[in-house]
Amino acid sequence: MIIARVIGSVVASQKQASHEGKKILLLQPLDLDDQPLGDVVVALDAVDAGVGDRVLAVQEGFSAMTSVGHTDSPIDAAVIGVVDLVEIE
Amino acid sequence: MYLGKVIGRVIATVKNDVLEGKKLLLIRRLPSGPAVVAVDAVGAGAGETVYVCRGREASFAFKPEEVPTEATVVAIVDYIERE
Repeated sequence: MIIARVIGSVVASQKQASHEGKKILLLQPLDLDDQPLGDVVVALDAVDAGVGDRVLAVQEGFSAMTSVGHTDSPIDAAVIGVVDLVEIE
Repeated sequence: MYLGKVIGRVIATVKNDVLEGKKLLLIRRLPSGPAVVAVDAVGAGAGETVYVCRGREASFAFKPEEVPTEATVVAIVDYIERE
């Protein structure tokens, strides 16, 4: 799983049926200093996250599909949590 | 998934039987990534912004058909809301 910032949402009227009714979020993966790290990711929302939130995201099919309740669907990333706090020791 | 721009098509006469009738799109990953070939599942065309599902899940767009693809265009983007 990765920690990422929600930087936008995607509106698409023509899409796979399994993506309908889900919020589609643009995520910027973050490093441990909250700085951007790597390429922007498109993920389906499973927790009602919004723009500006720091979130926990999966980038693997099975976990992404089950989190949004659509197995056997073309979904490879999902937001599965909103991060309150990260403690680094 | 990731955002991409459709920059062209790939025509291949000789290909896996299951790919017959499928559109192969040339996609530039946004903002400035490499070009990849993806199978179209939504009727996308040149110039459109799309998002692409990658990996084994990409083939699930065509269920129950088992299509050998690791990248599938699963949506055409109307617009992006950013703050």
